[in-house]
Amino acid sequence: MTKTYPKASRPSLDNVSVSIEKGEFVFFIGPSGSGKSTIIKLLLHEVTPNRGRVIVNSKDVTSMRSWKRPHFRRSIGCVFQDFRLLPNRTAYENVAFALEVIGKTKAVARRVVPEVLELVGLGGKEHRYPHELSGGEQQRVAVARAFVNRPLILLADEPTGNLDPDTSIEIMRLLDRINRTGTTVVMVTHDSNIVNQMRRRVIEIESGRIVRDQARGVYG
Amino acid sequence: MRLKYVLSEVLVGLWRNVTMTIAMIITMAVSLTMLGVSGLVYSKVGDMKDLYYKNIQVSIFLDGQVTEQQRTDLQAKLDSDPLVKDVIYVNKDEAYKRFQEMFQDAPDLLSAVKADSLPESFRLTLVNPEQYKDIYNQYKDTAGVDEIVDQSRLLDKIFDLFTAAQNIALVAAIAMAVAALLLVANTIQVAAYSKRREVAVMKLVGASNWFIQAPFVLEAVVAGLVGSVLGLVALVGLKFFLFDGSLSALQGLFSPVSWGDIFLMFPVMAAVGGLVSAITGWVTLRFYLRV
Repeated sequence: MTKTYPKASRPSLDNVSVSIEKGEFVFFIGPSGSGKSTIIKLLLHEVTPNRGRVIVNSKDVTSMRSWKRPHFRRSIGCVFQDFRLLPNRTAYENVAFALEVIGKTKAVARRVVPEVLELVGLGGKEHRYPHELSGGEQQRVAVARAFVNRPLILLADEPTGNLDPDTSIEIMRLLDRINRTGTTVVMVTHDSNIVNQMRRRVIEIESGRIVRDQARGVYG
Repeated sequence: MRLKYVLSEVLVGLWRNVTMTIAMIITMAVSLTMLGVSGLVYSKVGDMKDLYYKNIQVSIFLDGQVTEQQRTDLQAKLDSDPLVKDVIYVNKDEAYKRFQEMFQDAPDLLSAVKADSLPESFRLTLVNPEQYKDIYNQYKDTAGVDEIVDQSRLLDKIFDLFTAAQNIALVAAIAMAVAALLLVANTIQVAAYSKRREVAVMKLVGASNWFIQAPFVLEAVVAGLVGSVLGLVALVGLKFFLFDGSLSALQGLFSPVSWGDIFLMFPVMAAVGGLVSAITGWVTLRFYLRV
């Protein structure tokens, strides 16, 4: 599968072929600009490949019509380096927002949101606003929001990029716990510490090509 | 629940950007008022054409030296003409009486004109008023005929005037509608920008497109509908102060604008206001939000 952005001199991803099984925990590593983040965008159907196919949950995303995209995205959770929380809503409201805008009732939110906030270790901090939480806690809210809908896949784009090493490890424990519930986790990172500690599958990308695909790998 | 969410978002959105909302509503209102005026003129001109053309007459004025024989011949010819529905002969006395009635407010003019100086005439009602030309050609050289005057010529000029007024109102309506359209587009861009974080999260978690777009589009529609209500108020004001007020002296000349006419314009204005806003809003979002 190949993806070239308009105006780019070389493909962002060049003839890349990867298969990730259900329930796996995969790291994509590589230097900036290597094409790691393009993988996330392809999986989210934010961009489509120029050549080849993207298949998610045995559905061909490549040919998916854009009006089907919203429903498709409900099976994928997303976490980013910059958290992307709504600053004028509390932790609880941020998570509940994700449920309510896809049509879940307030009653469902009242039942599910405290549960998932408890799971990410934010019990008791439901009514704090993002600016009243530490970076690690904000990322936990983001993880809770991504997971509250019980997605099949959790995509994490450098989720520890803004966090100190100790906090990063806590977030990784959390992602590991989510992975153990059967959720596939795909994480893009260049945090070597974390990759080396976790000892999971590592796919290294350089200049748009896969240079290494190793089970229980290290950063290298 | 979702409906309540959408509605509260609409109100919050309109209020957050209240100056723009007001500008949008005012331009909408002016545009729709113009549209309403144009529609009213259009329907009134139609009514009046029916009314006037039914009673329209062609006058054949006879010259002063007309003989008894010539007049009788002409009368006989007119009576048997298939283009003519009805003929009335007006002698000098009757002409003077009509003249007196018409100019009763101008005694100077009345005293200056003697009964004798007004020409006798035949007043014809035509089967089809548009066949005036045929009548004219047929009788213009007949002995004793001085002049043939067609009232419909005059009326055409008046109706041309109405049509011009209607076109001006329509052009103004369109110009204001373009301004309103741009304001709607701009307002929605601002609204989408101020809610970009929410929109990004909604897209990410898979909120449906209509759910993301509805608050923005409805904001524009609400403004359009409020604008049409204000337009209706303006039309009511127009009737009250203009048609029933300063122009009421001309009531005999114009067919009256009834309250029914005005309230019948409202659904048209509301539909145009609402639809234009909705379509503009939706198109803007397609470019700006790319949901």
